[in-house]
Amino acid sequence: MTSRTGVNNNNQLLEKILTFFNYLLLTVLALIFIYPLVLMVLTAFKSTREFFFDPFGLPDTWSLKPFIDVWQKANFNTYFFNSVLIATSAVILLIFCASLAAYAIARFDFKYNNLVFMFFLAGIMIPIRLGILPLFILMKNLNLLDTRLSLILTYAASGMPMSVFILTGFFKTIPTELGDAARVDGCNKFQVFYKIMLPLVRPALATVTIVNFVPWWNDFFFPLLFINTDALKTIPLGMTIFFGQYMTDWGLLFSGMVIASVPLLILYIFMSKQFISGLTSGAVKG
Amino acid sequence: MVYPLISALGYSFFSWDGLMRESFAGLDNFRRVLTTVRYQEKFWNALGHNTIFFVITFVLQTTLGLYLAIQLTRKRFGMDFFQTVYFIPFTLSMVVVGFLWLLLLNPTWGAFSQGLKVAGLGEWVQPWLGQKSTALITVIMVNFWRWIGFPILVYKAGLMGIPEVLNEAAVIDGASKWQLFRHVTFPLMIPTISMVTIITFIWDFNAFDLVFVMQGSSGNPHYATDLLATFFYRTAFGDPTIGGASGEIGIASAIAVLMFIIIGIASYFGIRMMQKKEVKY
Repeated sequence: MTSRTGVNNNNQLLEKILTFFNYLLLTVLALIFIYPLVLMVLTAFKSTREFFFDPFGLPDTWSLKPFIDVWQKANFNTYFFNSVLIATSAVILLIFCASLAAYAIARFDFKYNNLVFMFFLAGIMIPIRLGILPLFILMKNLNLLDTRLSLILTYAASGMPMSVFILTGFFKTIPTELGDAARVDGCNKFQVFYKIMLPLVRPALATVTIVNFVPWWNDFFFPLLFINTDALKTIPLGMTIFFGQYMTDWGLLFSGMVIASVPLLILYIFMSKQFISGLTSGAVKG
Repeated sequence: MVYPLISALGYSFFSWDGLMRESFAGLDNFRRVLTTVRYQEKFWNALGHNTIFFVITFVLQTTLGLYLAIQLTRKRFGMDFFQTVYFIPFTLSMVVVGFLWLLLLNPTWGAFSQGLKVAGLGEWVQPWLGQKSTALITVIMVNFWRWIGFPILVYKAGLMGIPEVLNEAAVIDGASKWQLFRHVTFPLMIPTISMVTIITFIWDFNAFDLVFVMQGSSGNPHYATDLLATFFYRTAFGDPTIGGASGEIGIASAIAVLMFIIIGIASYFGIRMMQKKEVKY
């Protein structure tokens, strides 16, 4: 009897030690993840001179001046506007196309139904960046190089496979009777889609929006290749201006970085449920 | 309706076609990439870096990442907080991540070096990104810092999908923690792990932004961090390091097609393996 309780006590002790080390590991890692971000915000409040004098201390003043500077003098208002406009338009275009395509695949039986779906599925695996050269030439031929539209179209197209995949799954879960009832009540096919089905897949639409908005907001590759004019640049591309070969304005650069990161951070904190469902939907089989 | 996708996809499948029309080169572009001195060395160099990039990321995320996911899935104090924190870098732009770590890793006034000095390890301070021996691994670790939130998140979702009954049954049968992991959790997680691995592979063989921002388009120092995508970029749109030579669209397309083949074959076998290993319960 006594020996047995001894084993139990040992086990409990071991368990406690393990738990302690787990928390220690988790905390150390959390610091590695948080500290660079804290430093980014602190640096953003400093002038470049202050930054070189004291790179790690608190800023002398907590004035918003660096942010206003970067917003007005460094064209960040333009970049921000471009980023918002491009990502939002692409999302709207994508939702429009993807929901119609997914609805057709999920609800209508036509000859190449499955083929179309497989086509979209294959698209998930193919990174659109590898198609950059034909895309570049296409944009050039269409006279779209150096326009916002080139990015909007590219993003909307690249978002299609994943979005169709998510939305088709959702549309399939809606009972067909709902649509039939609406038809009896006098809706035409498009009204059934628009008034009955679309509102029902709203959670999936939120997921699709987030999954696509985040990489587009952060994208650097396509703006780098498509956009030349300063007034058309998006935030990630615009930021690289501060990083000169010989002189870097660290103060301004970091204010710009904070401005670039805050919108998604807020989105993430308030919509983490959609974030998680969006990012895991493709990767985990339900 | 699906026109943008069809045209983009169609173009990406047939990219070399359009370019052959200009040059009537046949497979010559591929031959040049793989056999001529000018490209061959850079191509294998970059391919090697991409492979190291993927292997290190894969090993870290399936050990540390899976371990963290298991810890975070437990219903314990603070786990939601840790989960949120680990995921934050994933929402940042690669450009932001690149600049941030350029600052942190700066050998003279970067936080990382200062930290080492304070810890009395001053002689360990090195120009991490500036010397050939450490540059690639440093870039890989920075990328990992941003990336790890994603595998953790997906693993967590996978772990939560494992029916609780199975764990309980194993515990009642007297399984130790390790046995529980080895014979119940891990086999059931293989599909999720495979899926994440395939996604990681695709990502890492497309990696571009971080190296471009931190090390320039030629993967400084002296191509030590050059990746297929930066090599492709230089070839397609000109290389500032060799006097602004203009792009070679044909050669670049051949590189893109080779990248596509590598990714395609790897994903295909990845999915095949995943389907074979899948455990039904």
